[in-house]
Amino acid sequence: MKMLKWAGTAALALALGGTTAQAENIKIGVVLAFSGANADLGQQIDKAFDLYVKLHAKDIAPHTVTLVKRDEGPPTGANAKTVTTELITNDKVQILTGFNFSPSAIAVAPVVTQAKIPMVIANAGTAWITNLSPYITRLSFSMWHHGYPMGPFAFDKIGCKTVAVAYTDFPPGKDSTDAFKAGFEKAGGKVTDSIPLGSPVQVPDFTPFFQRIKDSKPDCMYVFIPSGAHATGVAKAYGELGMRKAGIKLIGPLDLIPDNKLQDMGDAVIGTIVMGNYAVDLDNAENKAFTEAWHKEYGKDSYPDFMSAAGWDTMHAIFDTIKKLNGNVADGAKFVEAMKGWKTKSPRGDVMIDPATRDIVQDEHAMEVIRKPDGKLGIKVLGTTKAVKDECKVLKIGRCGS
Amino acid sequence: MPQFAIIAVSILFDGLAYAMFLFITSVGLSVTMGLMGFVNLAHGAFAMAGGYIVVSLTRDLGIGFAPSLAIAAVAVGAVSVVFERGLYRRLYKATDLEQVLLTIGLAFMAIATATYLYGPIPKSVPLPPWLQGDINLGFRAFPTYRAFLIVLGIALISVLWYGFEKTNIGAKIRAAVDNRRMAESVGINVDLLFTLTFALGSGLAALGGGLAIQLFGLSPSFAVLYLVLFLIVVAVGGLGSLKGTLLAALVIGVIDTGGKYLYAEAGGFFIYAITVIVLLIKPAGFYGRE
Repeated sequence: MKMLKWAGTAALALALGGTTAQAENIKIGVVLAFSGANADLGQQIDKAFDLYVKLHAKDIAPHTVTLVKRDEGPPTGANAKTVTTELITNDKVQILTGFNFSPSAIAVAPVVTQAKIPMVIANAGTAWITNLSPYITRLSFSMWHHGYPMGPFAFDKIGCKTVAVAYTDFPPGKDSTDAFKAGFEKAGGKVTDSIPLGSPVQVPDFTPFFQRIKDSKPDCMYVFIPSGAHATGVAKAYGELGMRKAGIKLIGPLDLIPDNKLQDMGDAVIGTIVMGNYAVDLDNAENKAFTEAWHKEYGKDSYPDFMSAAGWDTMHAIFDTIKKLNGNVADGAKFVEAMKGWKTKSPRGDVMIDPATRDIVQDEHAMEVIRKPDGKLGIKVLGTTKAVKDECKVLKIGRCGS
Repeated sequence: MPQFAIIAVSILFDGLAYAMFLFITSVGLSVTMGLMGFVNLAHGAFAMAGGYIVVSLTRDLGIGFAPSLAIAAVAVGAVSVVFERGLYRRLYKATDLEQVLLTIGLAFMAIATATYLYGPIPKSVPLPPWLQGDINLGFRAFPTYRAFLIVLGIALISVLWYGFEKTNIGAKIRAAVDNRRMAESVGINVDLLFTLTFALGSGLAALGGGLAIQLFGLSPSFAVLYLVLFLIVVAVGGLGSLKGTLLAALVIGVIDTGGKYLYAEAGGFFIYAITVIVLLIKPAGFYGRE
């Protein structure tokens, strides 16, 4: 009798272990900026996450996901570290994603290494972040994706021989301007001035900084700001000071013209040229479907932007990996391994996770802001480079080489 | 004109415009603190409320920018009386900590309310054509909006100065700031005076909030983000002093602008350096009572 009971238990265990249809509920921790001056940046990614989960829940059936959302707080890292630790220890999440800001991702990296939890970055763009932990993959971009190719493009195509650079004073700001300088000086250009624009926590009055640039009369000004409210501030100050009229072109990474604020920026931004991976106006079938789904869910006046597109792809990659592993995501290292080489046709174009660096490989577009025939502001693609890698890691510059 | 003179003029101009914004927004806070010793950290929330009213009036109802500013100032001033009578009044005799807790709580509630109503995406306002573009003085073009800020600031300062120095009510307010118990014992209704000045201060803050949209953009966190600046202006100027607030706004506005222009690498250093120096020499601020 006792033997029979043992045999029965063993058989049951075998049956359970062997089944492929056992439904897992996977907890995904989402860490995004939901408060403070940059709260809308969190919202842009959060909306993309929710939309993807809503439309694609069936793709991973019978498994399901639960998103556990926490506020990343200000772009200083401390709060992100606290909530991430809570997500891992209290909420027992198996995957972490989100992360608007580089300081947050940098602060969280040792935590995920210790906990062996995969961390899929949907925005934070300082190049060397992916080197901080083998559990990090990034679906958004490195600052070098936009900054480095902008260098030669600015010199050869836009006609910038001299450039003043200005940046919000935190890791991605320095990273973005370093990337631009490296590309621009290699092409033969000269950077005449380098101006830090204060902390990312509050939007400064940009006028004195820009007045200084205006007085030094460079051909172009390259500006990095953490998108969001800062972008609107840059457009205002640039317009108010009449800098375009003074012959100084505004260039930068795409953070300058996030789609969800573009319509509010006015004529001042027309002619701004950015390098980036996404715009609502990009012409491809995936983007058309994405923007239509977005407008249907959030209304016609709500626009996805580059952060939303990266958020969409982030959830896509997570879902595909869950499917690939058949819901068995307990082993963090295996999850990261399964993500390597993931590729798709995204609203951004062809994207792939570089197996060597766990960073994204994607198309980069030079885009100019125009007034479209329907009266709205939009962009015109001036040129596209296919399959761009993070040059910082390719060239092994500074901390990217470690 | 030599290059350094042009730079000096433009720093003075931008600094002056910035100072006017600081003054308009902070003066109410200074008077409230001077008159009642009340620490109102929700002052920035009144400014933010003013900003959002201007956004709604201009964008949704199509009212002009200037009338919207006036409506926002009056509306917020009126509503602030409700807060003063309903909430603040109960804590006049309470400790600073209790006042701080109440008002910072109000500020956070205001942020949540604004996020709920308007969302976290920063708002901008359509400016009328007469405020756009720049005024060219030959050697240098000045943005029209900033010139407008300066003119408006000077006009308001004149009115406030006249009100404070030349009218009966102004004399009563000054008396109450100097010595509240004495003022009460000679029959001045300090409670009523306070309600009036509180409403005026909040209304001016709302005006400042409306004016700030073009400078910084407007998002719900406005209520606390720039509060530090206003508190610095109040502390450096001296509690309850119109003259002090003006001088502090000018000094901080011009020095911050100059610092950003000439030594951007130093970041916000100059504002804090000047604050520390002034408070070391005059702990009560420029015109505060020691």
